Formats: sequence, structure tokens, C-alpha cells
Amino acid sequence: MTETSGGLPDRPLSPHLQVWRWHITMACSILHRATVFALYVGVLLLAGWAVALASGPDAYACYTGMLGSFLGKLVLFGLTVAVLYNIAYTIRQTVWDAGKGFTPKIADMSGACAIAFAVVGAIVVWVIAAQTGAL
Amino acid sequence: MAGPSSSGRYRTPMSRARGMGASHHGVGHFITERVSGIALVPLALWGLFAGLRLAALDFDGAAFWVSIPHNTVLLCLLIVVALIHLKGQVQVVIEDYIPDFTTKTVLVLANLFVCVLGGALGVVAILKVAFTGAF
Repeated sequence: MTETSGGLPDRPLSPHLQVWRWHITMACSILHRATVFALYVGVLLLAGWAVALASGPDAYACYTGMLGSFLGKLVLFGLTVAVLYNIAYTIRQTVWDAGKGFTPKIADMSGACAIAFAVVGAIVVWVIAAQTGAL
Repeated sequence: MAGPSSSGRYRTPMSRARGMGASHHGVGHFITERVSGIALVPLALWGLFAGLRLAALDFDGAAFWVSIPHNTVLLCLLIVVALIHLKGQVQVVIEDYIPDFTTKTVLVLANLFVCVLGGALGVVAILKVAFTGAF
């Protein structure tokens, strides 16, 4: 039993950015948390879009004008990456919950696949957007 | 002292004396995150498809699209399930990294209020457009 001088046992700590060596599985974990915050803003943007739509044509034109600006498109592209990354990450976590995919080689590979899926998928979505007149 | 069982390893002497054990609420949080995550895999993919459709439509087209029943329902579900999922994810980050009780409590409650307010605004706005055709 591991007892500290205060008589309390050591407790497990959450990983902190400063003390962890960079490797792909930790980068995936941190990227996941970062994209969670991005999507938090993204869902609020979606709610804002619905409110603008319910407020009439002028408010809607203003809101979609904002989303359609260069900065707006940059944010939306980032959110596309974040959505696809979270989809891949959720599938990866579900496999982990089944007790599979924990060997370092497989975990590294599934992490790299999740990032590749997000980036390639986002580019495909935006190529489709350009071809369907959505841009 | 005899070797402690693994379940007793992280107990403080006070908690051992009280004999209360864990709160028994953790499993519910875990299952909520997993189930909402799995539900979001198809919902978020549909959300990307919806974004592609909506970006190519003007105000009247978007209002009509939202008023089609399956679109109304899926949009509301996307907002509600995404916010349930993200609320839990963000709360875990707060609990991991904010040790101060007051700051942590304020942030956890603020997170809850933002998610409920954003979700309610989004769902009501979508239902208003669906039922009244955005006037």
C-alpha cells in the first residue's frame, strides 16, 4: 500500500500538458478535448442559426452573411474537422470499452486513422459543398 | 497490516471509517456519455449533410426545409443529444483541472445553464419555424 506522509494513499492524477511526453495517443486525447470545446461553440452557433431563421429574413441574411465570410468559413471548416474527428474518436472509444485495441501499435494506428479520417473527410465535404453551390 | 484489497487502495482512513463507499452515480454518467456518443455518430453525419443542403438554400428554402417533419425532429435531436454529450465532456474537463471547490462548482453550474439555455433556444426556434413557416 502506498501511503504518503499525511497518511493518505496516492491518488491517480489527470494527465497535465506540461509533464507528458508527446506521443500520438496523448496528442489524440488532447486534440479530442480541444475539439469538444470547439463543438461546444459549434452547437451554440447552430442554435443561434435556428434563432436567426425564426427571427425572419433580415436576421437570417445577417447571420448567414457572417457564417459565409472568410472568417466564418474558416470556423466552419474547423468545425467540420472537429465533427469528423469526434465521430472517429467515439468509435475508437467504443472499441476500447469492449476491451480491445489497447496494444500500443493498434492504439497509435487508430489514433492516426482518426486524424486522417477527420482531415480527408473535411476536405471531401468541402469539395462537395463547392460542387453543390453551397459555398 | 494485511495486503489491502484493490477496492480499498484509494480510500482515505476517514472514508474507510465512514464506510459510505462511492456515490454510485458514476456509472450513470459513463453510460450517458457512451450512449449519447454512439447516437451522435449517425446524427452528426446527418448534420453535415444538413449543413450542405442548407448552405445552398436561401431564407425561404431553409425555412421550408426545416418544416419538413423528419428534418425538424432530427435537427432538434442533434442539438439536444449534442448538448447532453458536450455538457458531460466539458464537466469532466472542469472536474479534472479545477481543484478549487467554489470555482469548480460555479463552472459546472455555468456549463449546465449555458447548455440548457442554448438547447432550449435552438429547439424552440426550430419548432417555431416548423409550425409557423417563419412567418
